Amino acid sequence: MSSLISIRSLGKTYRRGNQPVPVLLGIDLEIAAGDYVSLMGPSGSGKSTLLNLIAGIDKPTSGTLLIDGVDIAALPENDLAAWRAANVGFVFQFYNLMPVLNAFENVELPLLLTPLGKAERREHVETALAMVGLADRMDHYPNELSGGQQQRVAIARALITDPTLIVADEPTGDLDRQSADDVLNLLDRLNGELGKTIVMVTHDPKCAARARRLVHLEKGVLIVGGNGDGH
Amino acid sequence: MMASYVFRLASKNMWRHRLRTGLTIAGIAVAIVSFGLLRTVVDSWYAGAELSSSARLITRAEASLSFSLPVTYGERIRRVPGVKDVTWAIWFGGIYIDEKHFFPQFAVDAETYFDVYPEFVVPPEQLAAFKRDRRGVIVGRKTMLKNGWKIGDQVPLKGTIYPGTWSFTIRGVYQGADDKVDEGQFLLHWGYVNEKIKAVLPSLADRVGVFVINIKDPGASAAVSAAIDSGFRNSLAETRTETQKAFQLGFIAMVDTILVAIQTVAYVVILIIMAVMANTMAMAARERMREYATLKALGFSDRFVSILILGESLSMSLAGGLLGVALTFPLAEAFFSATRDLFLVFTVTPVTLALQVASSLLIGICAALAPAWNSSRVRIVDGLRAVT
Repeated sequence: MSSLISIRSLGKTYRRGNQPVPVLLGIDLEIAAGDYVSLMGPSGSGKSTLLNLIAGIDKPTSGTLLIDGVDIAALPENDLAAWRAANVGFVFQFYNLMPVLNAFENVELPLLLTPLGKAERREHVETALAMVGLADRMDHYPNELSGGQQQRVAIARALITDPTLIVADEPTGDLDRQSADDVLNLLDRLNGELGKTIVMVTHDPKCAARARRLVHLEKGVLIVGGNGDGH
Repeated sequence: MMASYVFRLASKNMWRHRLRTGLTIAGIAVAIVSFGLLRTVVDSWYAGAELSSSARLITRAEASLSFSLPVTYGERIRRVPGVKDVTWAIWFGGIYIDEKHFFPQFAVDAETYFDVYPEFVVPPEQLAAFKRDRRGVIVGRKTMLKNGWKIGDQVPLKGTIYPGTWSFTIRGVYQGADDKVDEGQFLLHWGYVNEKIKAVLPSLADRVGVFVINIKDPGASAAVSAAIDSGFRNSLAETRTETQKAFQLGFIAMVDTILVAIQTVAYVVILIIMAVMANTMAMAARERMREYATLKALGFSDRFVSILILGESLSMSLAGGLLGVALTFPLAEAFFSATRDLFLVFTVTPVTLALQVASSLLIGICAALAPAWNSSRVRIVDGLRAVT
């Protein structure tokens, strides 16, 4: 498989007051198109920071980060936003649905940034919601859905623009085991059937085991699963 | 598409905290009503001056309005080039029942007064009856209604400037030519008062408060005024002639400080509600920081987030503003009913309405500025960590 994500000597340092706080130190990582990667590590290891950088919602301090050949760190904010809209689907731990929008409207949200007409948007949304098994819950608001159902709506929202990459930050962290399994099965399908590249942060080894590849970070350094020790 | 979506989302966001939003809208409505009423009070104060005829001059004693002029000046004024009609009037100031039953009373020259004031419309037969009866009076429609009088009724007044008990018979009712004419006056015969007062207080006899002059050419008001005043220069009672508008504004100038205070309060009310609204929007934006960050992560721009906040703020402020505008009319009517003796007219002007709407917009925009700026600037990763 060709490399979708190419990371070289990636570093990220935050500043706390005048103190620099290094979070990622010289990360080298290649993720192939269609891969399913699980990022693990203890709290503060930098896994969420790495995910944020890959998703284009944060910028590295050093190194290069190419996604499908695009140096996203060099993109201006507006271009980066447009790039995210077209290429990344997000799945958050707490679903991050708009509480004032129903399931249909939440899933439709990313399509508003595309030139699709109303009828086409409807068709896409219905297909996505059917795929996550919530075709009958389109008119339901988030507070009328269970946690698992909300996360499935979030997954439908993540895949609605047919992005190359799906990033998931602790997607099962707020769910019971059954709901977590449902969500993981869905991610498996997205990867297996639709060929989506998935990068997922998790604390849960069972969850991580669903991925094809495990990347382990500690104190900002890649310990297992880097370019040298494929899985 | 995006504009309608922003409006829909902003409207939905607005009602997430129904009580908070409801109270804020109510607060804005109260502020806008207060602003409108206070402005209308000020406008109404100036209305008399604004409505004054530019072809009408008022001549009074140079020293002060409280000094009177000899009635003989009338004939000399009539001979000044450019003068068309002259009449005169003086404040009578009687008390009907007690001070609370106030209405303005003027002793006027019955023969000429209504020629100079054609906007006081009196049926010819009633005017003729008034002219025939020296104890007769013509009363404005509103004062008639307020006191429940009818033609032929006797009205007793206790004199203050002119001592004694006076009794007048209502011979006619005048109506304004339009709704901006004062319909509250009580007009009696100057000749009758003058005749009676000669016997008891000769010093007040043959004196008038003001001469009211219609001129042929409104453009010549300055020249005619100067000509009138020059005719009485160095006399015992020098005159001051000015347009009716300037005369009215002179009255208003006496309460100018109060009017400035009222106007200031009107704007302070807007500033206060602006601060309240800004607080509401700041709270709302803070609570939704994670949602804004999510929108940005999904590819929506910082500008979209700012517009969303601005849209919500404007929806709220306009809802309150339009409610306030709608309430202004009945409340202005109620206020006018309760204060009919104070104001000639009490009309909410289009300018006031426009200012009310503009104030609503300004409240919405200003309240959204800081939260919109902050939310658009927040980094996505920080926003996603925000606790809701």
